[in-house]
Amino acid sequence: MNLPKDLFYTKEHEWVKKEDGNVRIGITDFAQDELGDIVFVEMPEVGDEIGADEPFGSVESVKTVSELYAPLSGKVLEVNEELEDSPEFVNESPYDKAWMVVVEPSNPSDVDQLLSAEQYEEAVKKD
Amino acid sequence: MSDLKRTPLFPEYEKSGGRTIDFGGWDLPVQFSGIKHEHETTRTKAGLFDVSHMGEIMVQGPASEKFLQQMVTNDVSKLTPNRAQYTFMCYEDGGTVDDFIVYMLEQDKYLLVVNAANTEKDFAWLTEHKSGDVSIENVTPNYVQLALQGPKAESILQRLTETDLNQIKFFRFENPVYFSSIEAGGIVSRTGYTGEDGFEIYIEAAEGRKLWRLLLETGETDGLEPIGLGARDTLRFEANLPLYGQELSKTISPVEAGMKFAVKINKAENFIGKDALKQQIENGPSRKLVGIEMIDKGIPRTDYQVFAGDEKAGFITTGTQSPTLQKNIGLALVNSEFALEGTELYVQVRNRKLKATVVKTPFYKREQ
Repeated sequence: MNLPKDLFYTKEHEWVKKEDGNVRIGITDFAQDELGDIVFVEMPEVGDEIGADEPFGSVESVKTVSELYAPLSGKVLEVNEELEDSPEFVNESPYDKAWMVVVEPSNPSDVDQLLSAEQYEEAVKKD
Repeated sequence: MSDLKRTPLFPEYEKSGGRTIDFGGWDLPVQFSGIKHEHETTRTKAGLFDVSHMGEIMVQGPASEKFLQQMVTNDVSKLTPNRAQYTFMCYEDGGTVDDFIVYMLEQDKYLLVVNAANTEKDFAWLTEHKSGDVSIENVTPNYVQLALQGPKAESILQRLTETDLNQIKFFRFENPVYFSSIEAGGIVSRTGYTGEDGFEIYIEAAEGRKLWRLLLETGETDGLEPIGLGARDTLRFEANLPLYGQELSKTISPVEAGMKFAVKINKAENFIGKDALKQQIENGPSRKLVGIEMIDKGIPRTDYQVFAGDEKAGFITTGTQSPTLQKNIGLALVNSEFALEGTELYVQVRNRKLKATVVKTPFYKREQ
């Protein structure tokens, strides 16, 4: 399982990267592998407010739809428009090319409440 | 450990990277290398499917033809030995008990190949209505069923047998076709559930693994790969082949599903559901299964609601992004007034209504 140590994680299989007070969000390698061939990513719009643990978009594979749950509350600053035409990036490059949104957290310290790579790995193993 | 049923092929899945899921109580591979790749492999080369979970019910005895005529919608009297027929079994109200293939093995001996999840229901329904000198037996565990599908299917299988496969026309079969290298034979029919040319092979359960391995080995140079249920579903969907539980059900009749070619209301015998189905054929069904293509961005999925303006028009039975066409398409059961090609419909995808249009089916038809 590819789990970069410098990222934070959620039990809903998102990764979160700290960037100058903002956070970049995507789904984990484990999640993309479980879902299979991704064919569609539905995302919020720039300026949308997202709420912690609430759905803010979805990832669809050939067979299933999986909701994206916000790791924390905040305002969407950027969305990765490239995923519209290239949803396969989620399979090919989950931590890099397939980042989904950049969010300005309502409360920046929320990030530190998320799981570390080790904690996420433990959580996945228990499933 | 789980209580899931396994086919004799189970130990082979892992060798090919199969990932299994609970499919109606069976532990079956949903994918091997990936659904899109497996789909394309079957369309362009050949795919091998373990479909041993399918049920087999043997109906035999002097009254078997008469009995089946009363039970199913198609005209069984048209069968001769070594021919197969697609048919429905219906309730009195026209709802579907199951859709299946009847193989006429010999005079007074028929093999019904039914949906896995319906096997026990079908067996009970047949037994409950049994009449005349007929025996009905669930013989599912006796068989391994493999499907070899795709443009290379015939040339691969031909290398394993002296039977001239070219002689087996669509919906006919040979029994037994002998595979000398494993010293075993089975039923080989030119049938399938992918929209491609190909065969379904029924062999004694104990010989199944040997045949699976032999086929994969023989077909390797042609690009043959094992295929999971995920691609089986996208393949059958593009070809507009119905799936029980989605396009057909207790509340969806074959006529509504657009399958009246297998409902013979003029055959000599009366059959269960005839009156209701006759009425649907003569007056036109109030609902129809149609193809839809999304105009707005989004993917229709099973059970999503469909609207015409603000009016509820029906629901999606199957939908996905078509791997062959790269379009977001679906099958929808809608009120007949909204079934015309070009009709604008809206699919409720989560909190949004997305625009779609009614299109022709099948979505995919192979070049002959």
